[in-house]
Amino acid sequence: MANTYVAIQTVTVGSGGSSTIGFTSIPATYTDLHLLLSLRTTGVGSSVGSIGQITFNSTTSGYSLKDVYGQSGGEGSGAFTFATTYIPTGRDDNATQTASTFSNCSVYITNYANTNNKSVFLDAVNESNSATAHSMAFMSALWSNSATINAITITSGDGNYVQYSSATLYGIKNS
Amino acid sequence: MTRPTKIEVNCTTGEQTIIELTDEEIAQMEIDRAAAEAERTAREAEAEAKAAAKASALAKLAALGLTEDELATL
Repeated sequence: MANTYVAIQTVTVGSGGSSTIGFTSIPATYTDLHLLLSLRTTGVGSSVGSIGQITFNSTTSGYSLKDVYGQSGGEGSGAFTFATTYIPTGRDDNATQTASTFSNCSVYITNYANTNNKSVFLDAVNESNSATAHSMAFMSALWSNSATINAITITSGDGNYVQYSSATLYGIKNS
Repeated sequence: MTRPTKIEVNCTTGEQTIIELTDEEIAQMEIDRAAAEAERTAREAEAEAKAAAKASALAKLAALGLTEDELATL
């Protein structure tokens, strides 16, 4: 059976924390990429979590979004469309939320190695173990750039990513 | 004061490195944090305004004679 879903690399933040997690020299040998994030920051700027930033190839232009966002009983659309220099991670758990909780984010990047503009699907859940407070986000993102994606950077929008925050990059093959 | 760092993994070799941020990267991080704070303030103000408008609307409907059960369906 073909090994079609391969864990390329995992990064786990150490005890010192880190503001950024990066994958470089990504092989162009897969069809799609799947990035799974488990994140918590030291930020305190927002009671509903921090907004992390995903960029490709260290480029901070060409991003656009369509999204649906829900937060603690409220729902809306277009909540993240202000972001044009990065793709948001939704909301990362931060220091205002229950200790030791981590947000989850799944980022699927299609045809990352070809010369078309890049489509991305992202879903994220920010959890606090509160009886009422949580948030979710679904996004389709477009990176209007024809370059092969060879690097992905995840940057905390507020504070550092804490120990045990992690990111795993998977490669998807079609055979 | 400890300088902020980033963790990078080379997906071809598997080598992980921890790198101190440059002055430019730290400056950008501060800009991003300020933007996040501004975004949070705007979002919370919007939510408060929406909640106040809803409460006002419900009070007006109650004054017109709608019951609590009827208001709960809105």
